[in-house]
Amino acid sequence: MKAMKERLIVIGNGMAGARVVEEILKRTPDRFDIVMFGAEPYGNYNRILLSNVLNGSQAATEIFMNPLSWYRENGIKLHAGVRATRIDRERRVVVGAPLRREALAYTVDAASDANAALVEEPYDRVIIATGSRPFVPPMEGFGGTGTFMFRTIDDCARIADYAKDRKRAAVIGGGLLGLEAARGLLTHGVEVTVLEAAPQLMAVQLDPEAGDILRKTIEAMGIRVLCNTITTRIASAGSNGTSRLTHLEFKDGSSLETDMVVVSAGIRPITEIATASGLTVNRGIVCDDQMRTSDPAIFSVGECVEHRGQLYGLVDPIWEQTRVLADVITDTCLDSAYLGSKLGTKLKVMGVELASMGETKPASPTDEVVIYREPARGLYKKLIVRDDKIAGAILLGDVESAGILMQMFQGNMKVPTRRADLLFGSPKGVSLLNVADLPDNAQICNCNGVSKRQIADAIQNSGCQSVSKVGACTRAGMGCGSCKSLVAQLLESYLGEVGYDPTEHYYVPGIPLEKSQLVAEIRNRGIKSVSEVFQQLADGKEDPASKVGLASLLKTLWPGEYEDERDARFINDRVHANIQKDGTFSVVPRIYGGVTTAAELMRIAEVAIKYQVPMVKFTGGQRIDLLGIKKEDLPDVWKDLDMPSGHAYTKSFRTCKSCVGTDFCRYGVGDSIALAQKIERRFQGVESPHKMKLATAGCPRNCSEAYVKDLGAVAIEGGKWEIYVGGAAGGTVRKGDLLCTVSTHDEVLHYMGRFMQYYREHGKYLERSYGFVERVGIETIRQILVDDSLGICERLDTEIQKAVDAYRDPWQEAILPAYPEQFSGPELAYALEVAENNG
Amino acid sequence: MAEKVIAPVVSLGSVSAIPLGQGRCYVVGGESIAVFRQRDGRIFATNSRCPHGQGPLAEGLLGNGKVICPLHGHQFCLETGAGSVTTESLQVFPVEEVNGNIQMNLESVHA
Repeated sequence: MKAMKERLIVIGNGMAGARVVEEILKRTPDRFDIVMFGAEPYGNYNRILLSNVLNGSQAATEIFMNPLSWYRENGIKLHAGVRATRIDRERRVVVGAPLRREALAYTVDAASDANAALVEEPYDRVIIATGSRPFVPPMEGFGGTGTFMFRTIDDCARIADYAKDRKRAAVIGGGLLGLEAARGLLTHGVEVTVLEAAPQLMAVQLDPEAGDILRKTIEAMGIRVLCNTITTRIASAGSNGTSRLTHLEFKDGSSLETDMVVVSAGIRPITEIATASGLTVNRGIVCDDQMRTSDPAIFSVGECVEHRGQLYGLVDPIWEQTRVLADVITDTCLDSAYLGSKLGTKLKVMGVELASMGETKPASPTDEVVIYREPARGLYKKLIVRDDKIAGAILLGDVESAGILMQMFQGNMKVPTRRADLLFGSPKGVSLLNVADLPDNAQICNCNGVSKRQIADAIQNSGCQSVSKVGACTRAGMGCGSCKSLVAQLLESYLGEVGYDPTEHYYVPGIPLEKSQLVAEIRNRGIKSVSEVFQQLADGKEDPASKVGLASLLKTLWPGEYEDERDARFINDRVHANIQKDGTFSVVPRIYGGVTTAAELMRIAEVAIKYQVPMVKFTGGQRIDLLGIKKEDLPDVWKDLDMPSGHAYTKSFRTCKSCVGTDFCRYGVGDSIALAQKIERRFQGVESPHKMKLATAGCPRNCSEAYVKDLGAVAIEGGKWEIYVGGAAGGTVRKGDLLCTVSTHDEVLHYMGRFMQYYREHGKYLERSYGFVERVGIETIRQILVDDSLGICERLDTEIQKAVDAYRDPWQEAILPAYPEQFSGPELAYALEVAENNG
Repeated sequence: MAEKVIAPVVSLGSVSAIPLGQGRCYVVGGESIAVFRQRDGRIFATNSRCPHGQGPLAEGLLGNGKVICPLHGHQFCLETGAGSVTTESLQVFPVEEVNGNIQMNLESVHA
């Protein structure tokens, strides 16, 4: 018989509560029967993004982190909309009261549903993660019509709804949350005034000068700011039913007319349940370094906690608390301890980037203060150095060095003697940071939140000897990839070297061959389908993660002859459209060189109306994107558009932008439009290791951004064209390298085709042209493709011509689908109805 | 009069309605189910949505008893439902091919 699991009750279903459960499940998926209480009637959402919900840039549904199905799938019993009121430590049960749907979940006196029975859940361990509630400064009249707090999804809805027919809104609180609320209100078309009691904005994070710069930037956006302003009374007119807010009265006797007021003046821990249950409570629920309260069976985590006299309201320290607590409660790491955090934060307030850590002003005359200011651009940088270490820093407007400063600050590291390097980077580009000096809890991968300790553990205890192994084990480097060099540094410092991992060089993970070996095998054996590759080169073991790369390679190797198995394609390439987060697709028809006609635009408009397309958007590639199309509608949309596919969904030639060139521009020296159209007609749909985005520019002013494209042609004086390769302006920004300078459009097409074919043959799968050009080197590429040092140019020219000849508009599959179910939606299955007639 | 009852076994129609090596979405008793037909003939059934970002799993890449979600590449074992991220998993439903038709037990869906 199965042993009884321990019962763990988590009180609070906010960010800390859900995170600690995730951390526990990660360590021991089966140890506990978990029950959660959440006062809000939802799953768990990212409260940090609430200001986006208020300003309409994100839907409330987009900020959910754990939908209700997550609880079900992990066997967690969630009491949503139930507030835990007491822990009966004698009987070892947690008692909860269901709240009325309209109750403000976080208020002390949230109305319970009188008809609903109390909930009781027995426990072995409890975690209190009740978080905090908005702080309302003492004033008269708060709670009446038109007064709001800003803490939950429901608050956002209430504020947005009320703001609809109002003209003026006031926000009490000029800190981070207050400014976020003000930004949100601005988008609802009301005049916004921010009221701050202190003499400056964001007094916790900024010094007075930075506060002043921020204030000017914010005022320039149309928000009024009143500092030194303490609200004493919210005044209303009219009787109960029709009462409306009229104005605010201030301590200095002045007043402000307004239609609504949002109070967002800080937060206070929610501790009633701890008090009611006899636990030690000071400002917050008092916890030790293992996040244990005064009762060893009861733990606490998050904003409700007081640890070594300190409260925390930022996400990083709280994530660390959840990790420690999970280590302790699952017995997976008994000496795990939370020792407090040095506070630093990097954030964006109303579009202004700022970073702040530690102290904002010097504490003694021996403290060294380094300041750089550039008021015209709203830049301010300040550093407080004590004993060669960072005691505090403020960055406003330019936060590029924030990451390094934060690592040094939190690691209590010695800083370089040239302080300017800290604010502007080293002039020699030498990294200021030695990753080995970082503290164990330093976050290395910012995308997936992986700490140095976790990476060290993977290297030392799980035997990971390469960057990709560390990535597979910890997810470090699996997001944007920019931390891979730090991971490599860590490998070197722990192992002395970065291990050689042959799998890193495999073309696809499922076939143990590098690209050149794989190409040779495929050519020699005449393999023309993906399933055949698995049969012959992988003992018949199909690897789904390898299918797409193999399909791309086979199509490049056997243009026109390749046996196209559609299951080996990514969904985008099965249906020739780009899948979106909600499972709908985007449709981008080809518009050669970005030049369209009135008739084409009318057809696009008619399609948008007929199919009720939710969004019609101009793309960066000078085309029009129809977003939110259902898979079943794709063939009809294409037929009605009567335009060829723009291939905006696949690893291939995408588009060629152009400027207006010589047709109308006063400066144009080359016909960039005609060239772009020729390029696009020739290379449309040509498959490649990654996407290729092109542009032509009629002069070196580069309006079409040809210098930063995978391939670009730029007209220069004297009737010549420069051809650039390996440019990038995405996550990586790189100016392309000059391949050669030629005289005619035909020559441009010729060299571009040659480069594409060389890249198609030698680029690693998913390697963009900029990585490829850097890896091979422009000198080598120029020797091969221009000087023909290897004698392969003629063959390359022939091969790319074959690829061009094999082009077929994939949207013709609207008329003749590749297979019957290509565009089918969900199929309804009915249970068989049978007559029960046997008795 | 004979009473009509819903049989626990549902036919999803011919197995050939799922392209070889792909998945397809079915609505069974109000629940959305993804059914997969691997190239080696094995068939699997799971919830149709990825627990991570609600991606349509029937549109994913399939092979070796695994499916890869098309939105963010999270992987799932089709035999056990276990995900590549340990906190994520799918429900798997017993499904079989009978005379060229796919049959699944409705009770398992609502269990």
